[in-house]
Amino acid sequence: MVFLSSERMNPGLLARFARRRLAPNRFDLVAFLLLGGLAVVVLHGARQMNLPISHLPNAGVTLDPRRLPEYALRSTLRMFAAIAASLLFTFVVATLAAKSRKAELIIIPALDILQSIPVLGFMTFTLAFFMGLFPGNELGEELASIFMVFTAQAWNMAFSFYQSLRTLPEDLIDVSQQFGLSPWQKFRRLELPFATPALVWNTMMSMSGGWFFVVASEAMQVGNNTVVIPGIGSWLALATQRQDLGAVAWAVGAMAVVILLYDQLLFRPVVAWADKFRFEQTASEEEPGSWFYDLLRRTRLLRRVGRPLAWLAARVPRPALPRLRAPVIGGPETGRWLDRAWAVVVAIGVAWAVLAIVRYLAANLSLKDALTVFGLGFITLFRVLVLIAVATVIWVPIGVWIGMRPAWSQRVQPIAQFLAAFPVNLLYPFAVMGIVGFRLDPNIWLSPLIILGTQWYIVFNVIAGASALPNDLKEVAGIFHLRSWQRWRDFILPGIFPYYVTGALTASGGSWNASVVVEVINWGQTKLQAAGLGAYIQNATTAGDFARVALGMTVMSIFVIVLNRTLWRPLYGYAADNLRLN
Amino acid sequence: MSLAMELPAALVEVEGLKHIYGKSAGPGLVVLDDVNLTLRSGEIVGLLGRSGSGKSTLLRSIAGLITPTSGRVEVNDLPDDTTAHGVAMVFQTFALFPWLTVQKNVELGLEAKGVNAAERRKRSLAAIDLIGLDGFENAYPKELSGGMRQRVGLARALVVQPSILLMDEPFSALDVLTAETLRTDLLDLWAEGRMPIRAILLVTHNIEEAVLMCDRILVFSSNPGRVIAEIKVDLPQPRKRLDPAFRALVDDIYARMTARPKGQAAPTGGGLPGTGLGMALPHISTNELAGMIENLAAAPNNGSADLADLAREAQLEADELLPIAETLQLMRFAEIDGRTIRLTAVARRYADADVDERKQIFARQLLAYVPLAAHIRRVLDDRASHQAPASRFRDELEDFMSEPRADDTMSAVVSWGRYAEVFAYHDDDDRFSLDNPA
Repeated sequence: MVFLSSERMNPGLLARFARRRLAPNRFDLVAFLLLGGLAVVVLHGARQMNLPISHLPNAGVTLDPRRLPEYALRSTLRMFAAIAASLLFTFVVATLAAKSRKAELIIIPALDILQSIPVLGFMTFTLAFFMGLFPGNELGEELASIFMVFTAQAWNMAFSFYQSLRTLPEDLIDVSQQFGLSPWQKFRRLELPFATPALVWNTMMSMSGGWFFVVASEAMQVGNNTVVIPGIGSWLALATQRQDLGAVAWAVGAMAVVILLYDQLLFRPVVAWADKFRFEQTASEEEPGSWFYDLLRRTRLLRRVGRPLAWLAARVPRPALPRLRAPVIGGPETGRWLDRAWAVVVAIGVAWAVLAIVRYLAANLSLKDALTVFGLGFITLFRVLVLIAVATVIWVPIGVWIGMRPAWSQRVQPIAQFLAAFPVNLLYPFAVMGIVGFRLDPNIWLSPLIILGTQWYIVFNVIAGASALPNDLKEVAGIFHLRSWQRWRDFILPGIFPYYVTGALTASGGSWNASVVVEVINWGQTKLQAAGLGAYIQNATTAGDFARVALGMTVMSIFVIVLNRTLWRPLYGYAADNLRLN
Repeated sequence: MSLAMELPAALVEVEGLKHIYGKSAGPGLVVLDDVNLTLRSGEIVGLLGRSGSGKSTLLRSIAGLITPTSGRVEVNDLPDDTTAHGVAMVFQTFALFPWLTVQKNVELGLEAKGVNAAERRKRSLAAIDLIGLDGFENAYPKELSGGMRQRVGLARALVVQPSILLMDEPFSALDVLTAETLRTDLLDLWAEGRMPIRAILLVTHNIEEAVLMCDRILVFSSNPGRVIAEIKVDLPQPRKRLDPAFRALVDDIYARMTARPKGQAAPTGGGLPGTGLGMALPHISTNELAGMIENLAAAPNNGSADLADLAREAQLEADELLPIAETLQLMRFAEIDGRTIRLTAVARRYADADVDERKQIFARQLLAYVPLAAHIRRVLDDRASHQAPASRFRDELEDFMSEPRADDTMSAVVSWGRYAEVFAYHDDDDRFSLDNPA
């Protein structure tokens, strides 16, 4: 999933994103090949371990509503474990990319690719890998599930942190340097606070997107093995298998409560808190609010909790380490040699990756497979584009209508954000019932499920865009009595466009992911299937055919990346250069 | 020998400083060339010059933020000084951390030094008190006015007890009244010896500010930055702007800043850096040029004026006035002679003309005296399509100058060319054409 910018868009950031790399460059290819090679090796390694994916018989999941709170809690804990891992990854990898030019050349294109590709299809590999690490142990499955969620979350967070590190204000860097702040002090006083608003927004967006993956990863079928770990997702899987609609409803209810609590007790307070780190010297006119955050501040609970911690921190002995200066090795001549050496290392890595991929694919697949898969890719592409178009036609007018009315948008905006976080896979059984009941064509009627969960990104971005339309322009439009078509063409559409592109890009990324789940759906013994790349990947997964999963994933990644580079990025660039209102 | 013994000790010594920006291979941009400077205990020294004269680079070299390409920078404490050490800097943009309170901002330097919390608090409160920010300890920068923010910046610098205070255009982001108050307060603290510092080095482009505050002023030329004059200011403090001696000194400095370096012939480039196609044009709008011509043509100037008076009257700083004056000179709308500027006959005709006639006059002068504009027009005329990508000219410029300066030059020539209707520029695809030539 791709979340490029925050609700209140930072135009500078938008412009940088757009301009950064419109055209794919050779480092994209390098990163892509390296990632592919790595995937093949992991897969190979996992198979070498010759794992008997041990069957943990349903891990004791029962459809007893009294156990539902426990399941919800376990799902939530998985989510938090994944977000903690994502933060750790962010701090290490993004810092490395920002401080080392050589690392940056590989890391940044890799992150960019990883944040666009549909990670759900990787389930097979990660599961095999972690089960291989902990054979016969539930820990392997837990880790596989957490890792799945991690892979859906980490990249855009790291990306945002890297962007912040690269755009630190010059004068504050000077101050830090002039006073001789240690790297740790600089991180704590400058880098982390400066990056906080964007990082918090991306983290919260990642978590919102993550619920979908928590649900999807708790019950996985690979080959003959069904892996189930207790949670709302496995509850849902069991309910689906037994065609127990009541149990599905229970899961929906439990999830709604979890998301509501997450939204009120975490998302909003944290966003409100992060607002104080926004880098502007003037007070902002509109601050994000949260009753829970206000409550915490008023009761001084935080301070009471914080005081002993601060007391402890002050007492941790800090040995006065000698200041290290980065050694300057040789002159520019040495630097050029190091660059060349690095290029050689990368080239060897790429050659090795190409060899590994080609050997693996050649051993298992034929050219005909590839052609078939590309064909299926176009079907899914068509599905995604049509649905984005449909969602656009429906939601843009509604979003604009709401956004232009502050009283409405304040009420609707949180609902849209809530819906975006809600894991829509919980609702699939209801849709399937309908399709089966009315004997509808799954090729057509499974399709809307692709956009069901991701359309909300379009909705709340359009609302945000419409509420940001400047008042003076509204008044001009009013004074000149612009007729409705002219009003839309010259004022509203250009004004909301940058926001719309953000939403549509996110929705598009999410839709590819959803296609892996949606194009084949089981309901009890009934199996609904729509032709497409998602179905291909899922069927290959179910059959335990690793080579076909790999092929499907590679092709899907290519589709998504090419779509991003040829459609969304240019639109972004256009919006950033020409349609900024400020 | 004995003379040297009587001088106060040197806190900063800079010798043969040279700094080049840009690629280590290739020409690079020489921002500072052969600069020498000695800062002694007890004095306020001003570095005065226009943008691009490298004065900030010099200050940053002394602060240790930049390693100069070559030359020697030495910063010493006074012998036997137990209270004050090293340098601290005050920034033009204040450079406060928006997420830290006033007190935490002030404590920053102490924290870096590993001073314990109680001591930090004591010293920061004292500095806040000294600088007149009592009661604002818990405020965040965004809640403060510009003047208050710069006071925080000052307190933050003073609290680490530096022996040298470096100030990088500290008042230029403030409004006139606030800047004046802050200057006066700083001079009072200095005169009363209430700050730990032993000397101040002040970067400014405001001539009056330099004369008001400094004991010694170093005037810099631009491109490359060199010290072209050193002026000792002996006027007693507090100094009065209306004092004739003060006025005379300001006028004198104006003349020195517009003077051509010795040996340079008549002003082909009007004092602008570079020659021919490689001339760096300042991004001055045609409105500013027209406004200045009208101002000069009208009473009481009647065609000529004293630069310092003109600046005061138009409320422009030297840094803003001089590029306008030099652009007028480049296009032969005016001549600058020492401290006075005089309109040419063309400019007088321009002042009396109507809109269309003005455009024609401007077009003639532009094509005759701005080589880049003439070059673009020639290329467009030569091509059958009457079109050319702007990147082509930008690349040509970058052979002569740095990228930001080339961008400025292109912006200038685009806006002048559009006004004169000698060519059109299309932002969408970054191209020039003859679509609507005059």
